[in-house]
Amino acid sequence: MIWTPFDTWIVITAALSAMACAVLGNYLVLRKLSMMGDAISHTVLPGLAIAFLITGTRDSVPMFIGAAVIGIATALLVQGLSRYSRLDEGSAMGVVFTTLFAVGLVLITNAAEHVDLDPGCVLYGAIELAPLETRKLFGMDVPIAAITNGVMLIVNLAFVGFFHKELKVCAFDPEMAESLGISAGRMHYVLMTLVAATCVSAFESVGSILVIAMLIVPGAAAWLLVGRMSSMIMVSLAFAAGSAFLGHLSAITVPGWFGHASTSTAGMMGGVSGILFAVTFLLSPRHGLVSRALHQALLSLRVAREDILATLYRREERDEAAAGTGAGWRNRLAERMLLAKGEIIAAGGNLRLTDSGRESAKSLVGTHRLWETYLVAEGGSATERVHGAAERLEHFTDEVLRGRLAEEAGHPDVDPHNRSIPK
Amino acid sequence: MIELLAAQQPDWLRLVTLQDYNARVVLAGTSLLGMACGLVGTFLLLRKRALLSDAVAHATLPGVVIAFMVMVAAGMTGRALPGLLAGAAVTGVLGMLAVVAIQRWSPLKDDAALGIVLSVFFGFGVSLLGVAMRLEGVNAAGLSSFIYGKAASMLLADAMVIGVAALLAAAACLLLFKELTLLCFDPALAASQGWPAGVLDVLLMGLTVAVTVIGLQAVGLILVVALLVIPPAAARFWTDNLRKMIAIAGVVGAASGAIGTIVSALFARLPAGALIVLTAASLFGLSLIFGRARGLLWRALEHRMLSKRVARQHMLRAIYEIAESSRTSDARLSGIEIPITAVVSKRSWDEKSVAADIARLASDGLVTRRGDAVCLTRSGEDEAARMVRNHRLWEIFLLTHADIAPAQVDRDADRIEHVLDESMIDELESILEAQTARIPVPESPHLLRTAEELAK
Repeated sequence: MIWTPFDTWIVITAALSAMACAVLGNYLVLRKLSMMGDAISHTVLPGLAIAFLITGTRDSVPMFIGAAVIGIATALLVQGLSRYSRLDEGSAMGVVFTTLFAVGLVLITNAAEHVDLDPGCVLYGAIELAPLETRKLFGMDVPIAAITNGVMLIVNLAFVGFFHKELKVCAFDPEMAESLGISAGRMHYVLMTLVAATCVSAFESVGSILVIAMLIVPGAAAWLLVGRMSSMIMVSLAFAAGSAFLGHLSAITVPGWFGHASTSTAGMMGGVSGILFAVTFLLSPRHGLVSRALHQALLSLRVAREDILATLYRREERDEAAAGTGAGWRNRLAERMLLAKGEIIAAGGNLRLTDSGRESAKSLVGTHRLWETYLVAEGGSATERVHGAAERLEHFTDEVLRGRLAEEAGHPDVDPHNRSIPK
Repeated sequence: MIELLAAQQPDWLRLVTLQDYNARVVLAGTSLLGMACGLVGTFLLLRKRALLSDAVAHATLPGVVIAFMVMVAAGMTGRALPGLLAGAAVTGVLGMLAVVAIQRWSPLKDDAALGIVLSVFFGFGVSLLGVAMRLEGVNAAGLSSFIYGKAASMLLADAMVIGVAALLAAAACLLLFKELTLLCFDPALAASQGWPAGVLDVLLMGLTVAVTVIGLQAVGLILVVALLVIPPAAARFWTDNLRKMIAIAGVVGAASGAIGTIVSALFARLPAGALIVLTAASLFGLSLIFGRARGLLWRALEHRMLSKRVARQHMLRAIYEIAESSRTSDARLSGIEIPITAVVSKRSWDEKSVAADIARLASDGLVTRRGDAVCLTRSGEDEAARMVRNHRLWEIFLLTHADIAPAQVDRDADRIEHVLDESMIDELESILEAQTARIPVPESPHLLRTAEELAK
C-alpha cells in the first residue's frame, strides 16, 4: 500500500463531510426521524436539478437554496400527507421521497447532456477525485470539497451549540418545549433544512447513500454507548471520522488481498461504519448484546450461589447432610466458585458451610424470613403463598433495605412458618 | 419531443398495440409485478412497515454483485437472472434479519434500524460493485440496471421469470388473505386460530423480500419501494374496506407497471424505474383528488354543502328570533314582517349574503320576501321552531350542566346545533325536563334584541 498526500486529503474531506452529517444525525436518531434523513437525502436530487435548470450553473449558492427549499418541502409534504390521509409517517415518506426522487432522476437525465450531473455520481459520489480541484487557503492547496464540508460542519456545530437546550427539549419532550415557548415545529424545519444543506455539501464527495449512513449510523452507535447529549455528539463525531479513515484505508487495501484493484471509498466507509456499529451493538457496556448477556449470566450465577448457601443453611437447621445441591452446569459452576471462595467445604462427599459461608447464609435466610413476615403482616398475603415472592426478593435486598424491613416488621424473632429469623 | 415521437412511432405503436410477442411478455411481466407489489404492500402499509421494503431493496445489492462474481468465477456469463435474484434474496433476508435484530436487542427504534441496514448494506454493495466493475475482461455494466431498473428492454426470459414469480407471490398473498388480515387488525385472534403473529410476520416479510427482489430489475432497487407503498396508499383514498382496498391496490400497481413500461419504451433514455414510479405517483395524485372515500374533492364538496346548510339554518333561526321578540301576542310568527336591515345587523352579516340566503330560503318555501322585509311561511315557522328548539335546549344544557356564562352559550350552541341528531335531542330533553317548563320551544336563556333595536 502506498499512502500519498492525495490519500490524506481524501480522508480529511470524507471525515469532514461524515462529521457534518453525524452532528445532525444524533437528533434525527433521538427524534425517530432517521428515515426522514433518508427521505431528504433522496429528495435533494430534484432540488439540485431544478436549481440547475433555473440558473443554468452549478454554483453552490443556487444548489444550497434548491436543497433547502426541497428539504422543507419534503418535511411539509410528509407531514401534510400523513395528517390528511391518515397514512402513517413511514408510508407518507415512502410516497413522497420515491416520487420526488423519480422526478429528480428524469430531470437530471435530461440535463445530463449539458453538465456532468449523472445519477451514478449522485449515488456513490466521487471522493477519489476531490483532491484534484483545490483552492489556496493559508498558503496550502486545499480541496474545494474539504472547504465546503468544513464550513458545513462548522455551521452544524454552531447550530447545535447555540440551540443546545432547545434541541434537547424538543428531542425528549416536545410538549414541554411548547410550554417553554420553544416552537418545536420551527426547530424541526430548521433541522430539516440543515439536513438538506448537509446532503448537498456531502453529495459530491461521498454520494447520497453514504450521507444516509453517516446521518444515522454514528448517532445510533453513540446512543448505544453514552447517555448524555454532549457526549453523544462527541462519540458520533469520533465514529464518523474513524469510519472515514478506516473506510478509505480498507478501500485501497482490502480488495488487494483478493487480488483486485482498489474500490469505492464511499462504499467502504458505509461498510466500515456498519462493522463498527455491529461491534458497538454487541459490546457496548450500556446496551450491548454481549454485555447484557454477560450481566444476565453473572446475575444468575450469583442467584445460584446464594440459593446453595441458603439451602445448606436450612439443612443444617434440620440436621440433614447434603451430598449435592442440584444438577445443571450453573449449579456446578456456582458450587465450584463457593468452594474456591472458601464459603463451603466438601467433607466426605457432603457439602458443608464454613464460618464465613454461614454468616452469608444467615443474612440471606434472615432476609428471606423477614420478607415473609412483612408480606404476611403488611401485605396481607397468605402464609403459604409468600415463599416464592421472598425467594425472589432476597437476592435484591441490601443492608439498608433489610434494616428498614426489620423495623417495619417490628424486629420479629420468628417468621410466619414459625422458623427463627437469624440476626 | 415530437421528433422523438415520430422517430419512435413504429416501436411505440407495436408496443401499445401488442403486436410484438416480446412486448406482450414484458408488459405482462411488469403488470403482474405491479399487482403483486400492490397486494403485498397493502398488508405492509397496514402493519406500518412500508419502509421495510426500502431497507430490503438496498440490502440486495451486495447479493447481486456477489452472485455475479461467483458466476463469473464459475465460468458463466454472470448475467443469468435467477442466479442474480437468488443472491439478492440471500442478502435481502440478511438485511431483514439485521433490522429485526436491531429492533429486538437494542433500544434503537424502527427508523434507525431501517436506516442503518439500508445504508450499510448498500455501502458494501457499492464497494463490491467497484471491484466487479474493474474485473478484467468482464462486462459488469448490466449490474447497474439493478439500481435504476430497465423495464422495457428486459430480455424475454427475464420477463417470464419475473411474471411467474410475481404470480406466485400474488397467489400466496390471496391464499393467506384471512390470516394476514388478522395479523394487521387482531394478532391475538390470529394466534388463537393457530397462526401466531410471529409466524405470520415471517410470512409477510418473506413475501416482501420476494416481491422486492423480483421488482429489482424492472424498477431498480432505489425505487422498488414505491411499488409497494404508492398503490396501497392510493387505494386508501377510495375505500375503507380491506377487500376493496387490496383489489384497488393491485389494479393501481398493475396499471403503474404497464403504463410505466410503455412510457419507458417511448423514452428509452430515461430511467425506467423513475417512469414507473411517476406513473404510480400520478395515479396516487388522481386518487388524492378524486378518491371517493377520502379524496380532496369529495371532502371539499361535503364541507361546502355542510357550511351552506349551516348558513341557511342560522338565517332561518335569526328571522324566527327577531319575529319572536317583536310579536305582541301569542299569535303565530308566520306573517310577521321583519325588515332585512334587522336581519343584517342581527349577526353583522353583509347584505349581499343575507339577500342570497333569503332567496334560497324563499325558493325552498320557508320564507317569503316582501320588498325590504321578509316573513316566515307556515312550514318555515315549523322548521325554524325545530332549529331554535335544538339551539336553546343545548344552550340551557350548557348553562346548567357545563357552567358556561349566558353571554357565551349562544356561540357554543351555534356550533353544535347543526349536528344534533334525534337521539341526542331526546337525551337533552330528558336531562332538561326538570328545569324547563315549556319544552316545545323554551325561552331563550339570554336577551334577544327586537327588530327595532337591531334596526338602530
